[in-house]
Amino acid sequence: MSNGIINWFKFSSPQTFYPLAGKMIPWFWALTAIFGVAGLTIGFFVAPTDAQQGEGYRIIFVHVPASWMSMFIYLVMAFWAALGLGFNTRLSGMMASALAPTGALMAFLSLWTGALWGKPMWGTWWVWDARLTSELILFFLYLGFIALQSAIDDARRADKAGAVLALVGVINIPIIYFSVKWWNTLHQGASVSLTKSPSMAQTMLWGMLLMALAFWMYSIAVSLTRVRAIILERERHAGWVEELPELKS
Amino acid sequence: MKPRHKRFALIGGGVAVLGIAAALVLNAFQSNLVFFFTPTQVAAGEAPKGKTFRIGGMVKEGSLKRQPDGLTMQFIVTDTAKEFPVAYTGILPDLFREGKGVVAQGKLGENGLFTASEVLAKHDENYMPPEAQHAVDQAHKAAKTVKQ
Repeated sequence: MSNGIINWFKFSSPQTFYPLAGKMIPWFWALTAIFGVAGLTIGFFVAPTDAQQGEGYRIIFVHVPASWMSMFIYLVMAFWAALGLGFNTRLSGMMASALAPTGALMAFLSLWTGALWGKPMWGTWWVWDARLTSELILFFLYLGFIALQSAIDDARRADKAGAVLALVGVINIPIIYFSVKWWNTLHQGASVSLTKSPSMAQTMLWGMLLMALAFWMYSIAVSLTRVRAIILERERHAGWVEELPELKS
Repeated sequence: MKPRHKRFALIGGGVAVLGIAAALVLNAFQSNLVFFFTPTQVAAGEAPKGKTFRIGGMVKEGSLKRQPDGLTMQFIVTDTAKEFPVAYTGILPDLFREGKGVVAQGKLGENGLFTASEVLAKHDENYMPPEAQHAVDQAHKAAKTVKQ
């Protein structure tokens, strides 16, 4: 596989990935701050009031990005899980375990902000409709993944078990996404999708997209930080870890 | 075939089989997964009879009436094809509007009146400032039917 311009396999070794991740983290934090400030400014001060919901609609600036992230992180996790199972690379498993807590956080945020919006708008905190239930299952999948991995002492076996769970759970992602199309749900359909023009005012959309970018950058930054910690923990007996300048002092 | 390719084939095959299994299960439970029935479905007898179920649609314009007891509200739920009158005693949610989505839980009486024990407002996917709302074409609104 050395015929490509960049040898991607080089970065699949924890030793080369560790410093690379370290260099990228500050950039992603900076981007998180920029997009976050811009998104919140538009969300709170620029975007107009909604005709039906008044100011309460502003929860979408957190709710929608968090929901998108919760689904997307799971896809990335499943991707790493498949790579790990297929190539037997150590780093893949570490990436998957580094993503899980952030994914769980996003799923929780999505459910929680949704409940806060649901009470005044729908008249209920929670209903067992297809969208809400499948998102709850996603939250439990994340928790199950974390629990399963921490229940197995051997790191490589924990990775494999977790990878299988992650791949089984990936079926749930299209179910969440299309639930509002396939069944009658209380949850509204998608305002923004790839196949039709968005059904929301321009500034609202911009605020939401900027917040989504901020959530992306945040997720990458924390996941990279976490994967570095996992690398150090698992490779603590390796020679290169002992040689690290930050650990030598 | 290298062992690596075999493993990827296994993973791909496994996910595909699971996907098909999930699709079949969801298809089999189709009727249990719908959160509400549309008036057309209720009229066709698809909703459970004599049992509690949810009816969903739009509140017909100008159909909201307060009953003489002062607490009971009556309105018509429509999907533009069929409609059912709904009676509800209690406080309606903030987003409850004529011409907007609603989901009511309750029982359908012999006389065709749906007695609701819970009414939820169903918001649509449109987010717009008040000025833009005025510009929305009235005819377009009337033509919009509830998604099946």
